[in-house]
Amino acid sequence: MSTTTEMNNALSGNAGSGLKTAAGEYLTFVLGSEQYGIEILKVQEIRGYDAVTQIANMPSFIKGVINLRGKIVPIVDLRIKFNLGKVEYNEFTVVIILNLNGRIVGIVVDGVSDVRELREEHLREVPSLVTRIDTKYIVGLATIEQEMLILVDIEKLMTSDEMQLIDSAVH
Amino acid sequence: MTVDMSQFYEVFFDEAEELLAEAEHLLLSIDVESPDIEQLNAIFRAAHSIKGGAATFGFMDMAEITHVLENLLDKIRKNEMALTTEHVDAFLAAKDVIKMQVDGHRHGSEVNAEQVSDVAMMLKSLSEGNSAIPADPVIAASTPEPEVFVVATEKPALTITDEEKAKGITLYDVGLPQVTERDLTNLKDELALLGEVVAYQRGENAHALLVKTDSSADDIVSICSFIVDANALVIQVAGETAATTDSAPPETAPAEVTAEAATPAAEADLGYGFFDDDPIINAEATAADGKVKVAEEMGYGLFAENGKDQQEEGYGFFAPFKPHPDAPKAQMIGDDNAAEALTKAKEEVVAAPVAAAPAAQEERRNQSRRESDKPAATQNAESSSIRVGIEKVDQLINLVGELVITQAMIEQRVNALDPMDNEALINSVSQLTRNTRDLQESVMSIRMMPMDFVFSRFPRMVRDLAGKLGKKVDFVTSGATTELDKSLIERIVDPLTHLVRNSVDHGIEKPEVRKQMGKAENGTLTLSAAHKGGSIVIEVTDDGGGLNRDKILAKAASNGLPVNESMTDAEVYNLIFAPGFSTAEVVTDVSGRGVGMDVVKRNITAMGGNIEIRSALGYGTTISISLPLTLAILDGMSVSLDKSVYVVPLNLIVETLQPRAEDLKTVTGEGLMVHVRGEYLPIIALHALFNHPTQITNPTDGVLLILEADGKKSALFVDRLVGQQQVVIKSLETNFKRIPGVSGATIMGDGSVALILDVPAIIQMGQTTNYVTGGVAFSSQNYPTSKNHINA
Repeated sequence: MSTTTEMNNALSGNAGSGLKTAAGEYLTFVLGSEQYGIEILKVQEIRGYDAVTQIANMPSFIKGVINLRGKIVPIVDLRIKFNLGKVEYNEFTVVIILNLNGRIVGIVVDGVSDVRELREEHLREVPSLVTRIDTKYIVGLATIEQEMLILVDIEKLMTSDEMQLIDSAVH
Repeated sequence: MTVDMSQFYEVFFDEAEELLAEAEHLLLSIDVESPDIEQLNAIFRAAHSIKGGAATFGFMDMAEITHVLENLLDKIRKNEMALTTEHVDAFLAAKDVIKMQVDGHRHGSEVNAEQVSDVAMMLKSLSEGNSAIPADPVIAASTPEPEVFVVATEKPALTITDEEKAKGITLYDVGLPQVTERDLTNLKDELALLGEVVAYQRGENAHALLVKTDSSADDIVSICSFIVDANALVIQVAGETAATTDSAPPETAPAEVTAEAATPAAEADLGYGFFDDDPIINAEATAADGKVKVAEEMGYGLFAENGKDQQEEGYGFFAPFKPHPDAPKAQMIGDDNAAEALTKAKEEVVAAPVAAAPAAQEERRNQSRRESDKPAATQNAESSSIRVGIEKVDQLINLVGELVITQAMIEQRVNALDPMDNEALINSVSQLTRNTRDLQESVMSIRMMPMDFVFSRFPRMVRDLAGKLGKKVDFVTSGATTELDKSLIERIVDPLTHLVRNSVDHGIEKPEVRKQMGKAENGTLTLSAAHKGGSIVIEVTDDGGGLNRDKILAKAASNGLPVNESMTDAEVYNLIFAPGFSTAEVVTDVSGRGVGMDVVKRNITAMGGNIEIRSALGYGTTISISLPLTLAILDGMSVSLDKSVYVVPLNLIVETLQPRAEDLKTVTGEGLMVHVRGEYLPIIALHALFNHPTQITNPTDGVLLILEADGKKSALFVDRLVGQQQVVIKSLETNFKRIPGVSGATIMGDGSVALILDVPAIIQMGQTTNYVTGGVAFSSQNYPTSKNHINA
């Protein structure tokens, strides 16, 4: 998924500088057994999963589009994307609706846990790893009550080419 | 004390643009051989109004050029000069320059001073070249004469009796500016229509007329203004206190018409109806020495009205006027006299604005008020329409769209109820349905604009282009009142411009060629718009050379496009839309038709429209564009595929059918086709195209929609037809991206999202990919048609 050069860049540049600005409030959610955090200001709302219209010839993690009060909003299942957790859809399936600079996207996760305020002392650097999430989208790690929280730059991730949510020509 | 004129700028600009457009329209339609005097007058009035406005607002550059223009026009309309095409060209050039100046003042765009002076020079030389009047009236009249024109009246040969006076007959003494003999005769003849007329000489070069009539002085002014400058007229009621038209001529050289230089009269002259009904201010500007001087620029007639009248006419829209502090104020000397004179003057005078004496108005109501009609119309238009931001309208349309969806939802739920038990509810809901539909229609119509908005810009372009190319083209439009969504109107301009230009440039032949071909020398270019079903069809038709099939084919082949001789005409003509099919020399008689045609096509397609060419070699070409009426709403047929619903634009569906097994054919065991009315159409299976598993994989169990786009037909195989409905188009790209084969999405009655199929793209996909036959779902199937395999 990611090349080593990209990772090196990410480590030397983005991840390091990202730490400085990563403090703030985070919405934490669960994917499999891992805790993730995204900036709370990017979150518009949280809703259940229903009536998704499938779209032809899309990667499996793009579930389709929903009608969010008259707006057509794509839904991405992060569990499929990162191959984490059990992929099933029932009344407990949660969709986090993100508002990324005006673009509205829904992500399916295993569950939403909490809103956390993170300060500088909570934050740790991301070590060099090969994971399903390119480390350039991870702004840092944090420890909260003995658990590791993975802080994701959700805007960067969702607008990246690999999510295939935007016409590649657009950016 | 000064009035902030800038608040009226917009009104002036709007009006000026309107007048310019009107003038251009008239100029284009004018018959040079025998010009209609009414048209000439209308053009003159337009120029005159613009000049007045420009001077009022201090746009001296505009006043200057309109002044020169007006002079020339004036001579032509007075028959001092014959109208030539040269004149028309000059007028059109002047119109462009004035438009440029308006834009310059309005938007701060650049004004090409050189062009302005060129045009001014041209107009001047034209004007002088055949001038019957030796001295330029501008110069002659360049010193404003604020004093009342006191004329030493010589012995009039006409008298009036008290008896006649009692009958309302008045003897007017009409002092004329310098006029030619011919004009004098004309004037006399014209005025003779009103009553007895006697002409006499007074002073050097000055003439005067005595008119005995029961008409008002205004009528005299109206008639005279066609021949002489109304402002230079001096009308007196013989034997009584004189009322005259303003002596300050409008020709006042622009440089002098500054606020400072202007006399109160001149200001009034240029001020349209800026004066409210404050008698003192009016009087200030107009009364002097007990004589009443009417500061009335002919045609604006407003000043002569009192406040009441102004309001009635709708002129009272300007803020109370305060005279410019620098302007010399005529004192209200002897205002008592003035008032007295006025009261007496009831029927005789071109009443002063002091017409605080309200009596003098009645008979002036019906005076000719030619130019004043214009501001009146503008004013009415303003009060009957409001300007609203387009985003507000769009928001309204969106909300109504939501309402329609909600209403559909309710309807769906209600239909599931027992009709006997819920009769009242069902009736109410059907009422709601009707109301909602009406509401939607009215809201949609807000965005509608007549095609005239687009068409009106072409006559000029065609004329210029034809002139440049040495061709003769008659330009005809029809259906200009057809309405189309504003956003489409704006986007259709460029493609249409391109098509029209192509038609003039490459379609219509030169006159000599046309003659040889036995056609009329004048080519005809028709631009038409009409409603056809749910779309609007705009056609550009020329009776020129037509497209040459062989040459296009040859050119396409040399460009490496896949072509063959057996292609249909429609397919061949469509080749000119191929990118880079720039033809130039090779396809001589259609040269350039390919240039930019791909862009045209792309634009039209992006608007959800279609473009089609019909042509006959030697007889002409029609390029037909069909567009949806609006971008926001679509008449659709919903079809189902398993549990999903898709919407197909209704206008692209030719027919729907359930095929019989014997109508299904294959080629080499693949390439499924259906035999419909003698045609073999490829079947595109939507489930295969979209990789969407479904139970129905045999076309005989499902439904075929025969679709036509870009002149190509295909049969789309779906499970079921669900129903026909209007859907509100939602963009997928707002939050997501373009999806191949899908043009948008909509929200169905149950709140779910349905995708709208992009038919041209699907037909394209069906042809270029192997979805039809090689799709996973298909290859494993056994078709009943297998026995028909050609190679079996």
